[in-house]
Amino acid sequence: MESLSVRHLLGIKGLTSRDVELILNTAQQFKDIINRPIKKVPSLRDVTVANMFFENSTRTRLSFELAEKRLSADVINFSSSGSSVSKGETLVDTANNILAMKVDMIVMRHPNPGASIFLARELQKYPKSAHAQIINAGDGTHEHPTQALLDAYSIRENLGELAGKKIAIIGDIMHSRVALSNIYCLKLMGAEVMVCGPTTLIPKYIGSLGVKIEHDLMKALQWCDVANMLRIQLERQQLKYFPSLREYALYFGLNRKKLELLNKKIVIMHPGPINRGVEITSDVADSGHSIILDQVENGVAVRMAILYLLAGKTGS
Amino acid sequence: MLEQSQPMENKVLLDSQHVHITIERLCYQLIENHHHFDHSVIIGIQPRGIYFSSRIHQKLKEIIGKADIKHGFLDITFHRDDFRRRDEPLVPSATHIDFVIEDKNVILVDDVLYTGRTIRAALDAILAFGRPRNVELMVLIDRKFSRQLPIQADYIGASVDSLTSQRVKVNWQETDGKDEVILYTPIKVS
Repeated sequence: MESLSVRHLLGIKGLTSRDVELILNTAQQFKDIINRPIKKVPSLRDVTVANMFFENSTRTRLSFELAEKRLSADVINFSSSGSSVSKGETLVDTANNILAMKVDMIVMRHPNPGASIFLARELQKYPKSAHAQIINAGDGTHEHPTQALLDAYSIRENLGELAGKKIAIIGDIMHSRVALSNIYCLKLMGAEVMVCGPTTLIPKYIGSLGVKIEHDLMKALQWCDVANMLRIQLERQQLKYFPSLREYALYFGLNRKKLELLNKKIVIMHPGPINRGVEITSDVADSGHSIILDQVENGVAVRMAILYLLAGKTGS
Repeated sequence: MLEQSQPMENKVLLDSQHVHITIERLCYQLIENHHHFDHSVIIGIQPRGIYFSSRIHQKLKEIIGKADIKHGFLDITFHRDDFRRRDEPLVPSATHIDFVIEDKNVILVDDVLYTGRTIRAALDAILAFGRPRNVELMVLIDRKFSRQLPIQADYIGASVDSLTSQRVKVNWQETDGKDEVILYTPIKVS
């Protein structure tokens, strides 16, 4: 019987290509289900999931919540604002308290890189919490595995397969967990990856992950089959990395004119939220090239697959 | 699942010719009740019931001479009652039902009826597609006296008395190279 090689989903690093394949194939069946008049199946009816969000989120939080509800799980939502975190309660204490209420899985977003790995490790020390399974819904600038998996699913849906396809990840690579998870996932599945952005926003070590580096947007677009446009994460930037947003948009923003200069059709992706007019203009984001809203739809199916495969894994 | 490590004795319950005769008989039984299949649909249960349902569908088309008898596949994985009660989750197969089942006579088709739990899950799964007028069950092999739920088949290819330790496997030309039904009995090693 095929099953995931992991108990938690903490990052793409640590998954095998068979794991990714299994998740994407299972997601295909869930996509069928969420397009039926009755979008719900009873699989997770005896599972309780806590969504712990220590950082803002629209898509990921709603997508997880819908995925959980469509699998018939019981859901509780926790967000750090308005909670006892502001009174000084630690992450481990917060999680232990939630788990004491007979919760089986935790979906966590946290501003600190490695937070979900830390939590999964720490909870092993508490016999009453050791059963919990953790899903990383984004940890700082580290990983965002479910986004990478839904991106991989969307590319596969559009281009038929991942192996041999050329994907350019464009923008703020330095502060992006989406970029890191995408690189791991795409490389694992045999795709070619290029990162493109201003030199200040491309980390020095990135070449060691086996990706191409480019600083000229037009060259990157000319090379790729898929362009994944990333948002400039101003909230994580303590320094000035480029002179102005206007200048960034001029050199690294994607607009219709640049697309028309290409002599081929490429697929445009964006993990959201979009800063219209900065990394991508409205006429491109809303055009036929863009699969941005397909990504969101696929996100629910992929998260259902992950929840299903993890929750069903009761053996050691 | 058959455990390969365990020594098994096997007995052919139905050979290729028997399987063909049985399929033909079942088709005529269906025609008696469903006439031209204008309000009836055939749904094979994934993963193993679809080969049997495809054969039935093919044979019916030949006998009636009508090309558009509705035929679909139903996956019941997400409706099973043993999720989190086995070590690993089951991997789903595809559901393929591209017609309306609302107010239709649904004929569920599976290869072996054993505990009845698969059929319970199928009844649950089918309701996600609408409210059928009625649902019937057709199986190639009925393992008698082993039901765990009050479920019986309307059309039965062959009945067998079998022990829990025994296994019944239906092989198909398409997947196993030969049409036959085999009863496996574990050999006691003393």
